[in-house]
Amino acid sequence: MLATLFSLSAALPASVSTDNSWINFDVTSLLQNFWPATFDGLTFGAIYALIALGYTLVYGVLNLINFAHSEVFIMGCYGVVFTLTSLGFGPNAPNLSIWAIIFNLILAMLVGMVFSVVTAFVVERVAYRPLRRRGASRLAFLITALGASFSIQYLIFLVRGSNAEPAVTMFIPTPIFQVFGAIIDSQQLTIVIAAIVMMVATDQYIRRTRVGRGIRAVAQDPDTATLMGVNKDRIIVTTFVIGGILAGAAALFYVMKVPSGVIYNGGFVLGIKAFAAAVLGGIGNVRGALLGGLLIGVIGNYGQLLLGDSQWTDVVAFIVLVLVLLIRPSGLLGQTLGRSRA
Amino acid sequence: MASKRIIGAVAAAAAVMLLTAGCVNQSSTGGSTSSAASKVDLPAQTTISVPKDAVLPAGDGNAKCSSGLTLAYIGAETGPNAQLGINIYNGVQLAIDQHNKANPGCQVQFKKFDTEGDPTKATGPVTQAVNEKDIIGVVGLPFSGESQATGGIFEQAGLVHITASATNPGLTKNGWTTFFRALGNDNVQGPAAATFITKELKDKKVYVVQDDSDYGIGLSTAIQKSLGSDVVGTDKVTTGQKDFSATVSKIVNAKPDAVFYSGYYAEGAPFDQQLVNKGYKGVFVGPDGVKDDQFIKLAGDASNNAYFTCPCIPGELIKSFSDQYQSAFNAAPGTYSIEGYDSATILLAGIDKGNTDRSKLKDWVKSYNADGLSKHYQWDSVGELAKSTVYGYKVDNGKIVSVGVIG
Repeated sequence: MLATLFSLSAALPASVSTDNSWINFDVTSLLQNFWPATFDGLTFGAIYALIALGYTLVYGVLNLINFAHSEVFIMGCYGVVFTLTSLGFGPNAPNLSIWAIIFNLILAMLVGMVFSVVTAFVVERVAYRPLRRRGASRLAFLITALGASFSIQYLIFLVRGSNAEPAVTMFIPTPIFQVFGAIIDSQQLTIVIAAIVMMVATDQYIRRTRVGRGIRAVAQDPDTATLMGVNKDRIIVTTFVIGGILAGAAALFYVMKVPSGVIYNGGFVLGIKAFAAAVLGGIGNVRGALLGGLLIGVIGNYGQLLLGDSQWTDVVAFIVLVLVLLIRPSGLLGQTLGRSRA
Repeated sequence: MASKRIIGAVAAAAAVMLLTAGCVNQSSTGGSTSSAASKVDLPAQTTISVPKDAVLPAGDGNAKCSSGLTLAYIGAETGPNAQLGINIYNGVQLAIDQHNKANPGCQVQFKKFDTEGDPTKATGPVTQAVNEKDIIGVVGLPFSGESQATGGIFEQAGLVHITASATNPGLTKNGWTTFFRALGNDNVQGPAAATFITKELKDKKVYVVQDDSDYGIGLSTAIQKSLGSDVVGTDKVTTGQKDFSATVSKIVNAKPDAVFYSGYYAEGAPFDQQLVNKGYKGVFVGPDGVKDDQFIKLAGDASNNAYFTCPCIPGELIKSFSDQYQSAFNAAPGTYSIEGYDSATILLAGIDKGNTDRSKLKDWVKSYNADGLSKHYQWDSVGELAKSTVYGYKVDNGKIVSVGVIG
């Protein structure tokens, strides 16, 4: 018996259970995959940017970092997934006509938006408004924000458990055209263009409409704005609702891009990245959120290629964030919603 | 006013989606056609020989023991990779039920503790279990990371535990005397998987992707060693990762014949799906952590390119076991169900022979030398099986079927 044991262990290669390679810079793979990584990064960046707008708008108006916004987003994802699942979508893409696909996408997006908006509205009512009425300190808001975030996360956990929702695939991305040898597919194009259109619309809405003027007024000076007849509470709710709508759209795009990514704590990392995007672009700045989102998406992808490990995606993105803030403390495009866009 | 504008924005976005989605369908073939042209057709295994004198949980039916003796399962009941844990504790449950039914004089209790498969969460349930004095033997923990994190606690309490699935080779190098592994480790699986890919599937260019678990890293190291120059590239992903686009674009660029994913199905399934969606045509090979019906459920048709290696026995081919499992849980036995069943049987046989405290039961397992339903069980001084086999599996019509012994 002992002999068999010995011969067995001799036949085995030496056991290695730890990873002994440290950091290798894989420049070749970065160069080889530069363009695909760029376009994929831009797709993700567009999703980050849509979420980042929610952080930026609320910060601009309330000087509050709404940490529950990541849950506003993930609730939208659940809305999208529930809609699509009940329509019969699963891991396999069905063979549908173009009109059916579009109908389903829009329906799912609308339901996602409703889920997100309701969540945002409830968070504002339950977690922030009572504190505002009592003139609580900024730290108190920060704590309720975190509390709201965890409460919603674990509420989802209670209802849906700790497993990710099964994947829903709406259509198989097909190549549309090539840029620098990299294939741009239908999904990337849909996401990026739709996201940019929504962001431009938001920007114009804030710059040109009466409500937008109200938002900017409250951002500049809430007390004076109230004196001038702006209903501050209504403006604040509107801001939360706009953030919710954009998060709902981001939810659809995220589910398209990552069909199996909907899990109770799935909003957290995306929320942090979107928040970083908002800060990178200049928090409170609508265009900054777009720029920051796209940059965070692309830089993270480069980092992963260069270091050959997805654990580095976030590290690299945040190192860049810190470096930028060292040079431009107010972000790339400056800070305020009111002032710079007035 | 506000709502009108917002509706306008939504409509505009919708219009854009409409346009781009329009481009989509002109060139779309619809559905996912992912079968690789070069796929080798391995015939499915239909029968398996069962050891004739296999020890069964029922024993001789005359066992006597004091009441309150408890066996425990500690491991994932929930969590992203829970299915592997569920397979195991159902196997344990079946063994205990059969034992108690056959032996009115010896009723063994069964308790479950949930770790979610997470090394950072496992110490709590394990500590709780070792403090319950009635628990004299444990089946678990299923995963390597959590086993590494908690083995010391078992050792201190002198509580014997048999893992039905943790395969990291390093686990038996801790000097623990309470740890026993009911299957081969990754130093057996790695070389077997390498041979399976290069000789049986005849794929010469292999891309190895590992996750960040003890299990994934250890197995990836083992298979890379065996593959040698057949490895055309490597990449790392993270537990909980959902998007693999950077890794996928590297792989699509490298055009390998096979991708070996060293990790669990929770990440493996979306990874395979994203590979196929990006036009990857080769095969996807995963180890025991990926081999579960959940993989097919999560990846859908993309899973048609998948093969698995596993130091586990296809329990579904052992008809008596498979039928009993089916009628008890209304599901076919899964990966490691039979290993869980056998592990519990070993502990139950010990109790029936009067080993009714922790130290006696530990010694019983240490000197155990008999057949189980799945294989012969006898351990060396560190808790590795003296002999173990690795099986190959493939996806066939939405089901995982064995293609026989590969090492």
